[in-house]
Amino acid sequence: MATLTLRDLRKSYGNFEVIKGIDLAIADKEFVVFVGPSGCGKSTLLRMIAGLEDITGGELQIDGRRVNHVGPADRGLAMVFQTYALYPHMTVRQNMGFALRLARVPKAERDRKVDEAARILQLEPYLERRPKDLSGGQRQRVAIGRAIVRQPKVFLFDEPLSNLDAALRGQMRIELSRLHEELNATMIYVTHDQIEAMTMADKIVVLQSGRVEQVGSPLDLYHHPANLFVAGFIGSPRMNFLPATVAEAGSRGTIVALASGQRLAVPIEARSARPGDPVTLGIRPEGLHVDPAGPLTADVTLVERLGGLTLLHLKAPGDQDMTVQIEGSDPTRAHDRIGLSVDPGATHLFEKSGQALPHLGRHPLAA
Amino acid sequence: MDASVTEAPPVETVATAMPRSVGRLLLLPSVVVLLAWMIVPLVMTLWFSFQYYNLINPETAGFAGLDNYRYLVTDPDFWVSLENTLILVGSVLVVTVVFGTLLAVLFNQPFPGRNIARVLAISPFFVMPTVSALIWKNLLMHPIYGVFGAVARSFGRQPVDWFADYPLASIIAIVSWEWLPFALLILLTAVQSLDHEQREAARMDGAGVIAQFVFITLPHLSRAISVVVMIETIFLLTVFAEIFVTTSGGPGNATTNLAFLIYARALLQYDIGGASAGGIVAIVLANIVAFFLVRSIARRLEV
Ligand SMILES: Nc1ncnc2c1ncn2[C@@H]1O[C@H](COP(=O)(O)OP(=O)(O)O)[C@@H](O)[C@H]1O
Ligand SMILES: [Mg+2]
Repeated sequence: MATLTLRDLRKSYGNFEVIKGIDLAIADKEFVVFVGPSGCGKSTLLRMIAGLEDITGGELQIDGRRVNHVGPADRGLAMVFQTYALYPHMTVRQNMGFALRLARVPKAERDRKVDEAARILQLEPYLERRPKDLSGGQRQRVAIGRAIVRQPKVFLFDEPLSNLDAALRGQMRIELSRLHEELNATMIYVTHDQIEAMTMADKIVVLQSGRVEQVGSPLDLYHHPANLFVAGFIGSPRMNFLPATVAEAGSRGTIVALASGQRLAVPIEARSARPGDPVTLGIRPEGLHVDPAGPLTADVTLVERLGGLTLLHLKAPGDQDMTVQIEGSDPTRAHDRIGLSVDPGATHLFEKSGQALPHLGRHPLAA
Repeated sequence: MDASVTEAPPVETVATAMPRSVGRLLLLPSVVVLLAWMIVPLVMTLWFSFQYYNLINPETAGFAGLDNYRYLVTDPDFWVSLENTLILVGSVLVVTVVFGTLLAVLFNQPFPGRNIARVLAISPFFVMPTVSALIWKNLLMHPIYGVFGAVARSFGRQPVDWFADYPLASIIAIVSWEWLPFALLILLTAVQSLDHEQREAARMDGAGVIAQFVFITLPHLSRAISVVVMIETIFLLTVFAEIFVTTSGGPGNATTNLAFLIYARALLQYDIGGASAGGIVAIVLANIVAFFLVRSIARRLEV
């Protein structure tokens, strides 16, 4: 059992506020990912939870108990660092058993727990090696093993995969998800990589400059981003943003006029938006289709063929850059002029302030 | 495209085109200078150590066989000086490594005025040995004019005459004071290079301040400590100026180390042959120490 509650959590370095009041509830056995651009305060927030940074303001509760002033070793957490932070002069076995040794756990029990963790992580052949004799992926697993051995209530990960190559990263993502299922523990995971967030999280917390932008399930964030920042941050390739104005605001949706004059009906509530108000129309790259009869025209500047998929980079009228994701079999070539149709269900509208206007219906997978 | 790759001549052929002997020839000047610099004095010392050669007694000259060595090993001063040398080296090593490590850890913590404190702690290293020994002798340890004496009197105690009562300990204090900054400097850079995430990981693992020091910091410092020990040993075997300007090896032979003994033989007793024999013993001793040190440290540096 481990739940975490963050109440208006704040952190300042001198006069410089890094974490600006975060409220968050993390349920038992949840896999929560903090995601955000570099420097937004993800690591600081994680380290505050870990107890490695003092909390300037607000309250942190673990299982309902206030732990603001409890030391890092006594919060029942284990952390996996970005640089792994293995002890270089200890063997893998000693690394993994260090916490138990400090806690004066008898050697036999210590060895049993280390062996068990080594089995889960397939580290058995390397137990007597030093960290320097391991590959990056193996070191990563030792760092995770060191956390597992302590049987913590909550696992904390700070960008644990960022030092691995792309193939290994993909493999470790799967392994971490499997581990989460097997260990049945609460996990908090920090990353700047939205793909890691999308693939592993039960719940994503999008952070920007020390504030929470949105909290939700991956598909929640993907299909119903709360604002321009989240819409642009989640999803790869990025969502296309087109300037537009509200043409008609009806109860069955909104009609917007694009810069080029074309009008588009989208199933989104206009709320307080009045005809003539400037808005931003957001369209995911897979919400656009090559269609000679479509309402939009654009010039293809670059074609990226990934095999199964093809990405078209376009220049729309008004010098507007756009990206479209289409089937790999599509023959469109660079410098073609193409027509585009829009899937109205895949569009988003953002007010001038950046806030999203609500869709008329929820996406079926976004609970 | 392939052609351009094969066209470029392998770099090696340029180097091997010239005969090896030319390379050797070009090395010759440096080798000759080095030989003259090192081998000639060594051979001359060796030669003198087998000669009767006394500057105030030119009558007795000629081949002495092992006589100089026999005099040396039967001279109680020699064994005392050997013992003093080892005590001096060992004590200074212990003091500088222990305090150097503690100070390095301390100076790695943020505190107000840290940079000034660091400079102050390191500055003794820039004072030449004769000067620092004189400062200690006349300004600090002198029973009448010295600071220590004044402090003792202000507590109503009798001042200690350091060089008379604790001569070797006094020398050890002076030399340690000179070498502590060196140890501190090396160890401080080593402490600073410790990955702070490692210490944080240890904190998460439940290590307190002492456990962090024992299990994380000390192992991390072991290399730097080896380097300090090796370099200091080489210099401490030849400590001379501090003894010369403070105790002149006395009282009696209480502070005579091997270097001072050789000096006394050669320039106080004018016995060049005996001094040379002492010098050869010193060389052998230094090499034995160096051999063991380099071997044990080379093994540690591999890690
Ligand atoms: N010890 C510190 N002193 C001052 N500023 C800091 C300190 N640590 C982090 N910061 C600042 O806090 C902000 C957030 O840092 P961090 O949490 O490491 O970002 P992230 O992990 O999201 O990349 C950054 O702007 C960084 O410069
Ligand atoms: Mg970070």
